[in-house]
Amino acid sequence: MSELTLVLIRFGYLAVLWIFVLSAVSVIRSDMFGARVARDQSRAQERRSAKAVGKARAKAPKPRRGDPTAVVIVEGGNSGELVPLAAAPLLIGRGSDAAIRLEDDYVSTRHARIASSGDQWYVEDLGSTNGTYVGSSRITQATAISLGTKIRIGKTILELRK
Amino acid sequence: MSRTGRTTATKRAPGAGPLMEFVHRRRRGAELYLLVLSLVVGIGAYAAVGLGVNGQVPADLIKHGAWLAALVVAAHVTIRYKAEYADPVVLPIVSALNGLGLAMIHRIDLAPTGHPVGSNFAASQLVWMTLGVLGFITVLAGLRDHRRLQSFTYTAGLAAIVLLLLPLLPGIGKTVNGARIWIHLGPLSFQPGEIAKVLLVIAFAGYLVLHRDALALAGRRVLFVDLPRGRDLGPILAMWLVSLGILVFQNDLGSSLMFFGLFLVMLYVSTERPGWLVVGGVLFAVGAYAGYLTTAHVQARVQGWLDPFGKDSPSYQLVQAMYGMAWGGLTGRGLGQGSPQTTPISWSDFILPSLGEELGLTGVIAIILLYALLVERGLRTALICRDNFGKLVAAGLATVFALQVFVVVGGVTRLIPLTGLTTPFLSQGGSSLVANWVIVALLLRVSDAARRPPPEFSDQPADMDSTQVVMMR
Repeated sequence: MSELTLVLIRFGYLAVLWIFVLSAVSVIRSDMFGARVARDQSRAQERRSAKAVGKARAKAPKPRRGDPTAVVIVEGGNSGELVPLAAAPLLIGRGSDAAIRLEDDYVSTRHARIASSGDQWYVEDLGSTNGTYVGSSRITQATAISLGTKIRIGKTILELRK
Repeated sequence: MSRTGRTTATKRAPGAGPLMEFVHRRRRGAELYLLVLSLVVGIGAYAAVGLGVNGQVPADLIKHGAWLAALVVAAHVTIRYKAEYADPVVLPIVSALNGLGLAMIHRIDLAPTGHPVGSNFAASQLVWMTLGVLGFITVLAGLRDHRRLQSFTYTAGLAAIVLLLLPLLPGIGKTVNGARIWIHLGPLSFQPGEIAKVLLVIAFAGYLVLHRDALALAGRRVLFVDLPRGRDLGPILAMWLVSLGILVFQNDLGSSLMFFGLFLVMLYVSTERPGWLVVGGVLFAVGAYAGYLTTAHVQARVQGWLDPFGKDSPSYQLVQAMYGMAWGGLTGRGLGQGSPQTTPISWSDFILPSLGEELGLTGVIAIILLYALLVERGLRTALICRDNFGKLVAAGLATVFALQVFVVVGGVTRLIPLTGLTTPFLSQGGSSLVANWVIVALLLRVSDAARRPPPEFSDQPADMDSTQVVMMR
């Protein structure tokens, strides 16, 4: 085996190793923008619907009539409080950084979160001790809620209002 | 029916809400592409070793390559069917490291004075890799939801402690190279500590998910640091004693460091309180110093670290490894062209210096980058995971790799005192290889759950008495 061949193998192999490393990095890089395809589709859809309306609106779509606009506490220590949904996602808990701060011993510091995806509102438990209930069942993942759905957190019950 | 019309619109708007702003693609094609490249890395190294040592392509290249490819394809197909959203980069990295390790072990097998003549470590390593891939497939196929592991919190913890104590039992425990971490059952021998580290991650995660609030909230502030309450120190003290026990009774510095570090990192991740790091760091310093004072084993390691070239330095191995790496230089001697066999145990703990000698700094940086990417994918999984248990498991498993690589690479390059740990996937060693494949399977299971788009909800009027229909995509 000639010296030159061995040198070529040596550098060739290092090149292969680095090609692999850089390919892995490039897959990770494209994975960061994993939503690109889906987002492009949604944008195209928006564009299409904008065309159908006849004018290109750059502003965010206005809340539709009948969509929930606020969370109301219907039962518990803070009952009667009303928090607008405009600032979503809303953190619910006993901590000082919570948007909906509950004076309730059965509520964790960071208990649950209300957020939207498109037109749908979801409540998500953040690993609370006593759990978050939608209706009568304890939720384990983001759960869709709509107007009037009772969300129970500790001794407090919240619901979405128009 | 305007409602149904709106439902179809919301389904296609993943970028709209803060809750589900990110939809991951499956990326199985990208994984396959990287896997092919990783096989080029593994099989190419095998061929280059043959060319470098004997001047010809090894006779069993086809057999070796086909075996390796079959294992990797089996793992890939399992992911396609059982965890289709799992991270696309993890398996290729593991496959490349494993292939490279096999080639290097084979290279030391071929060397004239490597180790007892007639042993064939590469072949047995390939058998262990097969077992590892079988374990990988079993975990992915048998465990459909990682949250089920949470119910085994205390079982896993107990099993881990029993496994850690097994080598101390007379009869089956055996001291190898100064460390009492092996058990022998007839012809079989393995290191139970390797299995214990998987179980400990599960046990820590399950425990911390439940007790996070108590550990995170109570405490007082001393000098800008929130120190935890005295009575919450129980678990960390227990873990400290276990680590110290491993150090004193089993003479295993590496495992002791890894288990304590793992617990500390998971505690910090779950509570977000630097106070725990302060407490843990102090405990570690005290334990390490006590270990240094009482064990001759540790004293020898520290002396070899501070003064390896001294007159009666105990670190012949370390010195050989450093000469090897220096000889390798920037681009290495070329596979099969160096003489890594002059370092004792160059096929296991010291495989990284062996690779450094033959692939040079360029190659070693690539390998360390691969480990960094692996750990990054694990931490990324922890970040995007939706449940806390999964977050902690992923962070813990990534930490296992990170600590293990840091301890062993730092040890062989004389950054920290040398401690015996295996380099994940590269080193010869069956228990470690199988355990690491199982860790990867668990990581991919969590990753699959984390990257899978959340199930869609049918937009029925929310009647509280009716059952909600959940459609899984």
